[in-house]
Amino acid sequence: MNQQATAGKGQIRSADPVKFRSRPWAATLILIGGLIALVFGIAVSVSFGAADIKLSVVWTAVFQFNPDLTDHQIIRELRMPRVLGAAMVGASFAVAGAIMQGMTRNPLADSGLMGINSGAGFALAVCFAFFPQLPFMYVIMYSFIGAGMGAGIVYGIGSLSRGGLTPARLVLAGAAFSALLSALSEGIALYFNIGQDLAFWYAGGVAGTKWFQLKIMFPWIGGAIIGAIILSRSISMLSLGEDVARGLGQRTGLVKLAGALIVLILAGASVSVVGAVGFIGLIIPHLTRYLVGVDYKWIIPCSAVLGSLLAIFADLTARMIIPKHETPFGAIIALIGVPFFLYLARKERREL
Amino acid sequence: MSYESARRRRGLFILATIFVLIVIAFIISVNTGYIRLTPLELLNTMLGKGTDKQELILFDFRLPRIVISLLIGAGLAVSGAVMQGVFRNDLADPGILGINAGAGLMVMLMVSFYPTTNAAPVFFLPVIAFVGAGLTAALIYVLAYKRHEGIKPIRLLLTGVAVAAGISAAMIVLTLRLDPDKYQFVATWLAGSIWGTSWKFVLSLLPWIVILVPYVIYKARVMNVLNLGEQTAVGLGANVNKEQFKLLAAAVGLAAASVAVSGGIGFVGLVGPHLARRLVGPKHQLMLPASALLGALLVITADTIGRWILQPSEIPTGIVVAVIGAPYFLYLLARTKS
Repeated sequence: MNQQATAGKGQIRSADPVKFRSRPWAATLILIGGLIALVFGIAVSVSFGAADIKLSVVWTAVFQFNPDLTDHQIIRELRMPRVLGAAMVGASFAVAGAIMQGMTRNPLADSGLMGINSGAGFALAVCFAFFPQLPFMYVIMYSFIGAGMGAGIVYGIGSLSRGGLTPARLVLAGAAFSALLSALSEGIALYFNIGQDLAFWYAGGVAGTKWFQLKIMFPWIGGAIIGAIILSRSISMLSLGEDVARGLGQRTGLVKLAGALIVLILAGASVSVVGAVGFIGLIIPHLTRYLVGVDYKWIIPCSAVLGSLLAIFADLTARMIIPKHETPFGAIIALIGVPFFLYLARKERREL
Repeated sequence: MSYESARRRRGLFILATIFVLIVIAFIISVNTGYIRLTPLELLNTMLGKGTDKQELILFDFRLPRIVISLLIGAGLAVSGAVMQGVFRNDLADPGILGINAGAGLMVMLMVSFYPTTNAAPVFFLPVIAFVGAGLTAALIYVLAYKRHEGIKPIRLLLTGVAVAAGISAAMIVLTLRLDPDKYQFVATWLAGSIWGTSWKFVLSLLPWIVILVPYVIYKARVMNVLNLGEQTAVGLGANVNKEQFKLLAAAVGLAAASVAVSGGIGFVGLVGPHLARRLVGPKHQLMLPASALLGALLVITADTIGRWILQPSEIPTGIVVAVIGAPYFLYLLARTKS
C-alpha cells in the first residue's frame, strides 16, 4: 500500500490526468487468457461429477439440447447453474473486495471479515424463519438490507473508536459482530427448526443453485460490476488517500456512497445464493494488484475474471476431495484464505 | 494504608454481593424449567424429604447442570483474566484468540470416533481438549511471533481470528462425514450448549477448576508485577518468561476443560474480567476472585434465560452469552485506544 501511494504521488506533480503505475499488457493478458481459462474451467466442471460426462456430450447438451437424455438433464438443470453460479459469485466477491480495499485503503478489507456477509446471512435466517414463502426477489432485497446493516454497524463502531479506524479494529469489530449475528441466526434456526436449511447454506454451497436464482441475480451483479468499472478511476484516486483525491477535484463523498452501494449489492446478492463465503474478496484483489499494478481500471475487471476462476476451481476441488460427499465450497476457500490472511497480518508494516 | 484497607473492605463487600446474587440466580435457576420447584419444595428436597420425582429432577437434572455452568463460568472468566494480564491486552479472551476452537476441534474428533455414552472418554475429554487448546495456543504464538519485535498484542488477536476461522472451516468439513445423530450433537455443541449435564461431567471438570483457579489466585502478586510491563517486571526480579508460560498454561487448561463440557461459549472470558476490574480495581488479589464469581453469575444467568425464554424448547447458553457479550466487546473496542 505504501509503495502504491508514493508511486501515485510522484506522478501527480508531473502530469494531470493522473497516471497510475500499471501493466496494461499483463492486464490484457489476464483478461484474455483468464476468459479462455474460464470457458475451459466451466466446461471441465460441467463434465465432472458423480456421473462422468464426456465433453462432447456437454457440447450437445448446450447447443442441441435433448430433454429425453438424462445426461443432458443433469447438465442443464444441475451442473450448469452450479458452475455459472460459482463464476458469478466469485467475480462478485472479488470485485467487492477490490472496491473496499481501494476505497478504505485497508489491506484487510473483505466483505466476509467486515460483517457484511454475516449481516446478509442474518437477514436470510429471518426470511427463512418468518417468511418462508417469500419470492427469491424479495429475499435478495432483504439480503441487501442485511448486508448494509452489517457494514454500517461494523464501520460505525470502527470509526467511532478512540484512536480512529485502523485495519485491525475493523477486523476485530467484524469478528465480534459476526459472532453476535451468527449466534442470533443459530438461535432462530434452532427455534424454527430450519437448522439444516441454514447449515447447508452457511457452509457456503453453490451446489443448490437454480436457474431462476441466476436469472434474478445476473442483472444485479452484472450491473454492479459495470458500475464498478465506471467508478474505477475514482477508486484509483481514492486509493491515494482522501485528501489527494479531493485535491484532484473529486467529490469523494459521492464516490464513496456509490462504491458502498455497489459493494452491498455485490455481497448481498452473492450471499443470498451461496452463503457466507469469506476470503475471496481478500485474496483476489491482492493477487491482482501484484500482477497488474495499482490502477483500478485494470484491477476491477481482472479481479472479476480471477475471482470467477478461483470460485470454479474451489468448487471443483470441493467435489473431488471426498467423492460422493460434498465438501463445502466455503471451507475450501477458507483453507486457502486463512494462511493468506496470516501472511498479510504479519507482513503489514504499518501499525495495524 | 487506611485507603488501601478501605478499598480492600469495599472489594470484599462487592465479592459478597456477587456471591449473594449467585445464590439468588441459583434459586431462580432451580425453579426454572418444565416442572417448577418452589423454594420450600427445594429446601425439603435438599434435606431429603421431597418426593421421588422432585429428587430426580433436582439431583439428576438441574443440579449437575447448574453446578457445571457455575464451574465453566468461573473457569472461562479466570482464563480470560489471565490472558488479558499476560498479554496486557484488554481484548484477549480464549474464544477470540481461537483457543476454544482448538479445544473444540479435538473434542469433536474424539466424539466422532468414540460413542459419547461411555464413561471413560468423559474423563478423558478435558485432557483431549487441553491438548487441542495447547497446540492451538502454541500455533498462534508461533505465527504471531516476529523476531526483534516479539509478540504484538494486535497481531496476536488477528492471528487468533484467522486460526479460529481456519479451524471452523476444518470442523465444517469434518461434520459432513458424521452420521445424523452425531451431527446433531456436534451442531448443538458448537452453538455452546451445556451438554454434559450429569455428575460424571461435574467430576471430570471439577479437578481442573479446583486446582487451577486457586493456583492462579495464588499467583496474583506475580500478575500484578507482570502488569507493570516486561522491563519493570524484570527489574523487580521476576522471571518473566517462565511466569508467563506457567500462567498461560493454567489459562489454557481452564479454557480447555470448560470448553470440553460446554462447547463454544465465547465472551465470558472477556466480560467477566472487565466487569471485575471496574468493580474491584486492577489488583489481581481481588480481581481474579471477582472475575471467577462474575463469570459464574453470567453463565448461570444466561443458562437460566436460555431455558426460560422459549419454553419448553431451550436456547443454547452460548447464544445467550454471545448476545450479551458481543455488544460489550464492541463497546470496549470502541473505547480502547490502539
